Amino acid sequence: MRRWRYFGYRLLLALPVVFGILILNFFLIRLAPGDAASVLAGESGAATPEYTELLRAKFGLDRPLPEQFVAYILAALQFDLGFSFRNDAPVSELVVARLGPTVLLMITAYTFALSIGTLLGLLAAVARNTWRDAVISVATLICYATPGFWLGLMLIVIFSLHLGWFPTSGFENIAEGYEGWDRVLDVARHLAMPATALGLFYLALYTRVMRASMLEQTGMDYVVTARAKGQSERRIMFGHMLRNAFLPVLTMAGVQAGNLIGGSVVVETVFGWPGIGTLAFNALQSRDLNLLLGIFFISACLVVIINLIVEILTVFLDPRIQA
Amino acid sequence: MSGIVLDIQDLTIGLPAGADRSSAVQAMNLTLRAGEVTCLIGESGSGKSLAARAVLGLLPGPRVSVTSGRVLFEGQDLVSLSPREMAKIRGARIGMIFQEPMTALNPLHRIGRQIEEVFRIHTTLGATERRARVVKLLADVHLPDPEKIARSFPHQLSGGQRQRAMIAMALALDPKLLIADEPTTALDVTTQAQILHLIHELQREHGTAVLFITHDFGVVADIADHVAVLQKGVLVESGTRDAVLNTPQHPYTKTLLAAVPRLVVPDRPPATPGLVVLESVDVRKSYAAKGFFSRGRSTQALDGVSVQLHRGETLGLVGESGSGKSTLARAMTRLLPIDSGDVILMGEGITHLSTKAMRPYRRQVQMVFQDPYASLDPRQRVVDIISEGPIIHGTPPAEAHARARRLLGLVGLDPSAADRFPHEFSGGQRQRIGIARALAVEPDVLVADEPVSALDVSVQAQVLELLADIKAKLGISMLFVTHDLRVALQICDRIAVMRHGAIVELGPTAEIFAAPRHPYTRALFDAVPGAAWSQGAEILTPAE
Repeated sequence: MRRWRYFGYRLLLALPVVFGILILNFFLIRLAPGDAASVLAGESGAATPEYTELLRAKFGLDRPLPEQFVAYILAALQFDLGFSFRNDAPVSELVVARLGPTVLLMITAYTFALSIGTLLGLLAAVARNTWRDAVISVATLICYATPGFWLGLMLIVIFSLHLGWFPTSGFENIAEGYEGWDRVLDVARHLAMPATALGLFYLALYTRVMRASMLEQTGMDYVVTARAKGQSERRIMFGHMLRNAFLPVLTMAGVQAGNLIGGSVVVETVFGWPGIGTLAFNALQSRDLNLLLGIFFISACLVVIINLIVEILTVFLDPRIQA
Repeated sequence: MSGIVLDIQDLTIGLPAGADRSSAVQAMNLTLRAGEVTCLIGESGSGKSLAARAVLGLLPGPRVSVTSGRVLFEGQDLVSLSPREMAKIRGARIGMIFQEPMTALNPLHRIGRQIEEVFRIHTTLGATERRARVVKLLADVHLPDPEKIARSFPHQLSGGQRQRAMIAMALALDPKLLIADEPTTALDVTTQAQILHLIHELQREHGTAVLFITHDFGVVADIADHVAVLQKGVLVESGTRDAVLNTPQHPYTKTLLAAVPRLVVPDRPPATPGLVVLESVDVRKSYAAKGFFSRGRSTQALDGVSVQLHRGETLGLVGESGSGKSTLARAMTRLLPIDSGDVILMGEGITHLSTKAMRPYRRQVQMVFQDPYASLDPRQRVVDIISEGPIIHGTPPAEAHARARRLLGLVGLDPSAADRFPHEFSGGQRQRIGIARALAVEPDVLVADEPVSALDVSVQAQVLELLADIKAKLGISMLFVTHDLRVALQICDRIAVMRHGAIVELGPTAEIFAAPRHPYTRALFDAVPGAAWSQGAEILTPAE
């Protein structure tokens, strides 16, 4: 019961954070020179000052800043994140449509990085100072140092162009009109490479953390106790050390939720993944302020939610954390 | 005579090249009989823990391993067993308990599950039967509400309760041999007395042979049938408890025994109380578990403590963990902010001084800390550690360095030590450096927070002597925090006994010792390990 009250309390604490994000985003974007009107006017070819002013008036960009701000907050509270003039659609509608693919990509990349990373870290720690440890170490170092976009491109070159195993881009093959499990399989085939490209860096990171954490646990007294009980090495590892060693990895994963969204902008662009990342990239290029604000807001909320989930998981895994 | 359970023959444990000696334990012979407690005593680095772990095959291999000799357990050589065969014996026929009951239990598993694991590994009992046995075991070690304890996580129990749970785990399958590696060292005296009593009781009941590792002769006096003394890996003396304690043969045993602080007040000229140097008036301090919405539970660490330290006197603050003795010491040096009350240094209130205004007063009160390893900056040369304080207070560096070298002489170190780094020194030497550092700014008050608790007895005696010597020479006052009554009796002029953040009794050492008024003080005296022996009485084995 106390646990649920604790979760409710954390949720309550998240609200001021979200509000703070709203304020911050609004002012951050306004700090940059230029606005949507000047971009639109520039693209139309005949950018007379009069025409630009007309656009500004039309989009409400000529009103004083505080007024724009109040209007923005009030609207945001009703989940009205404004209107994207470039896309000719409400921002909330655009973002929500793209939210699904991004969340799918993130969860897949996260699961991939966490599970394989933990496993590899475990393997490396067990086989410390042997060739297996060395191979894992070198592999993680390479993954760690490789930029995501380059990795994405290489995956496309090798697995799509040469081997033809995976499609180069997109979310699904609409032309085929798959339904049911066929569709799931199709999406999974499209998902594989972007998720790998996005997750590989984190996989390397978690492998390293997990290895160090496992080695730290090896010296712990409770491990000796378990051995003194006559427990087998395999059981000591999986029954006792694994969960203890995993806690730092989980904490780190929670902190990195933000980075993961940042990384997805690049990866989504490379793979033409119809998620928030591509949307953000396009919005950025066309200075679509309203859309950018909306995306930032939604992704910040996503980070807050992921952090909440990690926190809840930690409470379940570690009884010492007082709920 | 009962049967031999464990027979260690010519056991030698090799150390990796580069260690300070070639083998941790050299040709050790030891015989343990059923129903008897054998204490293996030695100072840190004597190899006593490694010897115990070698029996269970728990050496931190592969660099540290048994190089020769045999460990016969019920006639079977444990050294030559395969890991799989060894695992069958561990936990089932040989149980082990460790020093630190907090870290020796897996923090993420419930107590019940950890004890149940032993049955899971070694027996084919069903789940219901296992659970019933766990509860019975917990009841056997006298834990209140065993059902609830079984459902608890280690962090929810006190140190004594955790050690009881460990004992329950070690004795789950009624092993023939119990190895106890300093099982009471991390516990408070009163808890230690209870745990010793429990081990003794269970061991007598089950006829278990016990190999008890310790560094404390008081504990030996309380629990041992046989004693074996280990010096740098060599067994120098062994025999019955009474023989070893009363008529030690080997010079090393004699030195060790002489260094043990006795539970007696040494003859000292009574201190003539000078003016009050440092004083606390109704000092309160609470640690609150802070919450944004919820009201946190708060712990009263200091509950209106008033105490005066006179010029030239040593005042002992004695108490168990959580009694507030260290908190009081830190509050009086203003290293810790207090909630209310006043700290008065030389007649001046220093309670509300800002950090900057406090600085000139800092010179007057200096601290010596418990852990000589953690309290010295590992990247600073000794001379810089000692002279840093004087330089901050405006002494020219050259002069400060010169004085640092003189101070090293004063604390009994070679002046050449000045250019070395802390890690090149032993624990006792580091504590001397810590004392020199504190003295460098010529303080009026020295606050020593458990300065000898981390040290071996022989070193402990030397450091205590040094502190007493310096106090007499320089005429400074000392606030001496300790959990060990024996140490307090040695060095303090007056003793304040603390409990739950308050002083329960305060008086001259001799008076407190002769006629403790408060029941808690009496309990503390009774709990001192080997109390009777410590007072100089010879031990006579009670008739069976």
